[in-house]
This record gives sequence, C-alpha cells and structure tokens, in this order.
Amino acid sequence: MSRTVLNCGYVPLVDCAPLIVAKELGFADEEGLVLNLVAQPSWSATRDMLALGHLDVAHMLSPMPVAMSLGYGGLSGDIDALMVLSVNGTVFGISTQLAEALRGASAGVRFGETTHMLRNVAGLGMRKLRVGIPFHYSMHRLLLEYWLQGQGDISGLEIEIVTIPPPRMADAVEDGDIDAFWVGEPWGSTAVARGAAELVLPGSAVWAFAPEKVLAARHDWVAAHGAEVKRLLRALYQAMRWLDAPRNKPLAVEILARSEHLNIAPELIDPAISGTLTPTQHGSPVTVERFLLFHKHAAHFPWRSQAAWIAAQLGADAAGIERAKLCFRSDIYRDVMGPTGVDLPGASEKVEGSMRHATAVASTRGHMILGPDAFFDGNTFDFDAES
Amino acid sequence: MSRDLSILVVEADPEKAREIIDALMEAGWSDVHALAQTAGLEREIKARQPDIVLIDVANPDRDMLEHLSMASDSKHRAVAMFVDKTDNDLTQAALAAGVSAYVVDGLQMNRIKSVLETAIARFQLVRQMQSELDAAKRALEDRKTLDRAKGILMRQRGVSEEEAYQLMRKTAMDQGRKVIDVAQALVTAADLLA
Repeated sequence: MSRTVLNCGYVPLVDCAPLIVAKELGFADEEGLVLNLVAQPSWSATRDMLALGHLDVAHMLSPMPVAMSLGYGGLSGDIDALMVLSVNGTVFGISTQLAEALRGASAGVRFGETTHMLRNVAGLGMRKLRVGIPFHYSMHRLLLEYWLQGQGDISGLEIEIVTIPPPRMADAVEDGDIDAFWVGEPWGSTAVARGAAELVLPGSAVWAFAPEKVLAARHDWVAAHGAEVKRLLRALYQAMRWLDAPRNKPLAVEILARSEHLNIAPELIDPAISGTLTPTQHGSPVTVERFLLFHKHAAHFPWRSQAAWIAAQLGADAAGIERAKLCFRSDIYRDVMGPTGVDLPGASEKVEGSMRHATAVASTRGHMILGPDAFFDGNTFDFDAES
Repeated sequence: MSRDLSILVVEADPEKAREIIDALMEAGWSDVHALAQTAGLEREIKARQPDIVLIDVANPDRDMLEHLSMASDSKHRAVAMFVDKTDNDLTQAALAAGVSAYVVDGLQMNRIKSVLETAIARFQLVRQMQSELDAAKRALEDRKTLDRAKGILMRQRGVSEEEAYQLMRKTAMDQGRKVIDVAQALVTAADLLA
C-alpha cells in the first residue's frame, strides 16, 4: 500500500491523545497513513493554517468549525468536523485566595457543586470575577456562559472573560491577573500542583456530554480526499478505542509523556486519562465519572444536534443552526464506519440534555448505550427542524 | 497622510522588534511602539488603542488578541482580522512571512496594505537572517564534530587526515547515513569510552 502523508495540526493538550496514539501505536500505519503531527502555538494559528491549506486536518475546539463555517471571527471558511476526538475533559477552578475567602465566610467550596458557588462569590462582596479561558470559540466559554445564565441573582458580580494561553493559566492565577479559569487538562491540575488554584467543577457537571475537540478539515478537501478520510477515521477509531480501555490507561499515560509531541510530565497527564482529579493541593483525589471520554458511549460520533447546540449558543438564527448541523459530518462517519461493523446510532440528532442516565438506544447492531448528556439545570434542546 | 496610524508591534526579541519598527518608520509611520512583555498585552492595548497590532504568527498570545478584537463593548471594536479576508494573496504572503495583523474596523484597506507590506517584507528579511545565522552556527558545530572525529580516527587507526575522512565517508555511504551523523556517533562513542 502506498503511504500517504497527512499534515495534521494539534495543540499540545492531553486530549490530542488520539492523534499521538494513532501515530505511535501504528494504527495510522496500518491504514497506510503517515501522520505528520505539527504542533500549533495557538488556536488562531491552527485555524489559519487549516483554512489556508497548510494543514490537511486539525485537532480543534468543537465550536471552531461551526464558527468558521458561519463566518464568525477571524478567518472563516467551510470547515467540517469529521469526528469528535474527545468528550468533556475541562475543569473550572478558582484561585486559592478566593477559595480561602469562601471558606473564611463559611460558604465552603464543594467540588462539583453547580448551584451555590457563584452566589457565594457574589456574597463575598466581590465586584468582578475575572475568568480565564483558552479561546473565544471554545466549549470552555460556551459552558461558562451557559452556567452563568442559569445562576439566578448574581447581579452584583460582574464576570469578565479573558483569553489566556493555557500554559500560562497557572501563572495568571498566581499573579492575580485572573480569579478563576476554565481550562483543559493538564493546565487545571498544574495550577493545583503549584498551589495557585483549586478545582471547583469538571466541565461534565455543567453538561454531562460536551463534545470538546473535533477532527476538522476543509469541506472541499474532504470532498476531494475520500480515501484518506476513510483511512484516517478508521485509524483514529482504533486509537480512541484503545485509549478508553481501562487496562491501557497506564501505558497511554506513558506513551503521551514519552512522545515528543506533548512536553508534559506523566503525573500531570494521569489525572485526565484516569479521571482522578485532585481538586486541592493537599487534598484527596476524587474520581470523576466520564471526566474525559474518547470512545465510550459513541463519544466519537459527530451528532448534528451537538453542532446545533453550539451554533445556538453562539447566537446563530434558525438558518445558521441548520447550516451548522451540516458541519458535523455524521453522514461520512456512517459511510466509513458502518461497513467495518461498528455499531452506529439510529439517528444523527438527539434531544441534547434528555438523558439523565446511561440509556440504551436504537442502533444498527442493536446494543448501543449512550452516556448521560444532561445539563446542570435540566434543560433539553430539540433542534429537529420538523418538530 | 491625514492622521498617522498607531501601530503596536508585539515581539519579545528586542532586535527583531527594532528591525520592524525601523522599517515601519522608514516607510513613513511614526506612531510605532513595541511590546515585549506579553503579560501586559491586554492593558497595553486598552491604554494605547492601536489601529493595528502586528504579531508573529507563532506567538501564543494571538488567541488573546482574537478575543480582545471581538470584545463587543468597545466603540473602537477591532475586527478579528488576520489581514484582509478578501485579499487571499496578501493573507498568504503574511502567513508565509510569519506575521499576523489585527486591525481596527473602519480603516481604509490601502492604508493597512502599505503597513502590512512593509511589515511582511521586514518579517521575511528578519526570518531569513535568522535562518542564515542558524545555518552558519550549525555549519560551525558540524565542522568541530568532524574535526574531532577525524582526530579520533587518526589516533586510533594511525591514518592520515585524508584517510580518516574517506573512512567516515565510506561508512556513511555504506550505511545510507550522513557523514556528520557518523562523525557524531564516533565522538559520542569516544566520549563514553574515555
């Protein structure tokens, strides 16, 4: 088989693991692909390099293909999400100083508690809470804003959202530039390890099944490279299945730490991969169910309703929402993965937020269990155009 | 020119920053400032309200600039503009040169274009100089390694300098490697055995 080289952009975060594993464990090689992994300095750079054809595919924040296709911000272009590379995996944390102030006011800080936290902060008499996020078009911001909308009366507290490159998040909170952050691992655990911050929420506390990163490519490139897309999807599927098997996790941590692609110590990679977070510097670890998913519950399926939720949060109108749905290529995913015998969900849209528990659903092979996908406030979103 | 454009150059390397500022000033722009400390980027931009921000494509702070340029509460709303969306050639040229620009909405394209063209030319020059410098440094390092490897062979095998070089060249050819790699391996082995 002839080897095809794909230029593949990624941002060095734990959740780029599927790409590293596909390359390092030979899943890409088995499909005749050579993944040329190109580290990107920022999300803006990833976007530009992909849009202008310097990259074939990229590890991207899930709102980016939607934003680019709808023409929001920066360079736009018709960008598709071929599969979801990871679900969940982010954390919200506050500075140690703020956590201590909350404890001092006997409000306490309970990990995973979504209802009182911000009201307690407002109760301290703080005027402004500065929250760091990695990028404007990120699930981090959408989850933060969605959570803020459901907070009731915190009118005395102004929330200012600022963008900070994730590797600098710990510095920023230590220097007092920000009071809180919403960031992907390992940067939350890094801030805790340095004693600068405490973790308050895993992203999954706000939305139990949030598509975090996607595999993005230009729409016209996808149309012209059917064979490569097929091979890449199959390779990544194998990599993600390997990553989610509990017995492989210790080895996964080691591979990620050892490869030249992530310059991160193993003890900082482990929390995300094992789903065991340590919210405070000297506290006990906490196991977070579904902290970061690669494969379980059809995590990689690009639900059109996920794209619709993103578009709605970005303020798109009905036409924009319909346009956004087309970016999440569940059609290609079905065409490629169906013949390999992989179980596929019966529909390509679901009512987002409707599952409070893991639920058995109709699927092509008849035994698919989807994970809970509830929102913290119990809301549901039905984007089916017919209803 | 009716009003001078205010230009902010974000560049940590003072020499590179100097180069770019000089080029812009030569081209007739006098209101040019450089910022090396990216930690104060947000404050600096709010204080100076530049019309154009020039930043290296590889700078991680680009994401912060994108956000600032999208802040909707400001009257001076900067457009998240990686040069002009409609001018693909200029965008490609800027990207290739390693420059990205953030431009405040409402500026005439021809004015932006001349700033950018100056910046692109200078970024290219600086980058070229940098890679030439790197290449020269590497060549010097390689030379030293080759000399050391030759010396080792001459001592251990009692051969002439020319013979030592031919020996390494032949080994490299037989193994499909570069002469410098063979020399490096020899030096490393000799260091270990010493």
